[in-house]
Amino acid sequence: MSNNSISQEHYKYLKKIKRRKQIISITQVTIFILAIILWEIAARLDLIDTFLTSSPSDIVKMFVKMVEGGDLAYHVGISIVENIVGFTAGTFLGVIIATALWWSDFWAKVLEPYLVVLNTLPKTALAPIIIIWIGTGYQGIIVTAIITSVVITIMNMFNSFISVDEDKIKLLKTFGASKLQTFTKLVFPQSIPAMISTLKVNIGLSWIGVIVGEFLVSRAGIGYLIVYGGQVFQFDLIMMSLFILTIVSVVMYKLVSIIENKYLKWHQ
Amino acid sequence: MSKEPILKIRDLSMTYHRLNGEVKAIERIDLDVYEGEIIGIVGPSGCGKSTLLSIIAGLIKPSSGQVLLNGKKVEKPTKDIGYMFQSDQLFQWRTILDNVLLGLEIQGRVTKESKKNAENMLETYGLGDFINSYPGQLSGGMRQRAALIRTLIVEPKLLLLDEPFSALDYQTRLAISDEVGLILKKEKKTVLMVTHDIAEAISMSDRIVVLSNRPATIKDIIEIKLTVPQGIWSPIKCREAPEFRHYFNKIWKELDVHVK
Repeated sequence: MSNNSISQEHYKYLKKIKRRKQIISITQVTIFILAIILWEIAARLDLIDTFLTSSPSDIVKMFVKMVEGGDLAYHVGISIVENIVGFTAGTFLGVIIATALWWSDFWAKVLEPYLVVLNTLPKTALAPIIIIWIGTGYQGIIVTAIITSVVITIMNMFNSFISVDEDKIKLLKTFGASKLQTFTKLVFPQSIPAMISTLKVNIGLSWIGVIVGEFLVSRAGIGYLIVYGGQVFQFDLIMMSLFILTIVSVVMYKLVSIIENKYLKWHQ
Repeated sequence: MSKEPILKIRDLSMTYHRLNGEVKAIERIDLDVYEGEIIGIVGPSGCGKSTLLSIIAGLIKPSSGQVLLNGKKVEKPTKDIGYMFQSDQLFQWRTILDNVLLGLEIQGRVTKESKKNAENMLETYGLGDFINSYPGQLSGGMRQRAALIRTLIVEPKLLLLDEPFSALDYQTRLAISDEVGLILKKEKKTVLMVTHDIAEAISMSDRIVVLSNRPATIKDIIEIKLTVPQGIWSPIKCREAPEFRHYFNKIWKELDVHVK
């Protein structure tokens, strides 16, 4: 650090670190490729029953067929929209409710046990009721997705709001800040990192809501493809849907990470 | 100093109520502070020094008695009183300039001129290169300097410093208390400074208020008159004054510290 010209020893050190990183990445990729190849070989040699396991080549064939027919874009698109609406609305609603609780200490105390109980309840258990109440369209699915993420958002955000340093609040008071100013200048900005990490969790939770909702409603979406594939014993379809689901949720998670790194320079 | 005092504290008492009983923190304190004075407040730890500052700042209501700033009763925080904390309390997500402007922003007083003024002040006090940096990129001493500018920029008539250097390491602490002392004198600020560092109090203050154990009462008020070498006042030079030791011993005895 102190010198611009890197010493031989330091160069070796850096190289060693870099080398280790490369080996880890290469091993990770190799495991994946090996697993796919073994799967394919086992399928071709009839070592496994492709009726129950499908095979990589069959999955690719199914993928090409559905892309060409335009079905895939339709189903994946619907699920993505439901998910995005679900987790953004869940996060937004959760933040609003957490704000209200921060505002009123009395109601925060009153509602605390209810929140704890709601938090322990597996939200997907409510899906059948929600779908009956709201309707069997995409609305019911979206509400299921919202319900899965909203309670944890309220709890995370409220905890973040109340963990703000008392002296910082005191500082704002000495400047004559109102409660609203305390919130907008201090409490909320301080909680943005917590909000983004909650958002990341919510993407996953919201997918659970969406998939369960689609299982029940069974009209369209990735969840529908999986249930349908199960009913007609089309394992190619189930496996392909699972792969797509994995890829889509990873991409969404990464997108939030990119936004996080871009806007939260101060947080590192 | 024949003028009216800028701050009058009259018969101030404070009792805290807790579930397991009540605690008398302050009892019948009277104090006059004149313009341009730096008053050091020392006392045993936990004696209610910080409570006293909080009451003066209008952050908590006293049980009885009153605080008058320029003859007006202080009942809630006012922009005429600035407060500086143990740690800098800079907001990590704001740049140094935005941190410094925080007070003005809350009071709706940010203008082109006030912004320029803030930049000039940061420049004057050696933070010119860090205007657009985040607090995480600054050293502890620089951060405390930024915190002082944040307090000064709203132009308070009275400054309350609550152990402002105790979060810093010893060397930084000496350097920063010297700087802050000079800044406060240059800006002709009236200051009340709570500290547990006797030497720091003597080197910076015009008068020192010694508080008793809880409930805090005023044990003594000591006027500090130091013969500064070469006649140029600065807190560090004050430490070299021949009378320094005499004051130190006097205050130490009055504090009557027993380690059990």
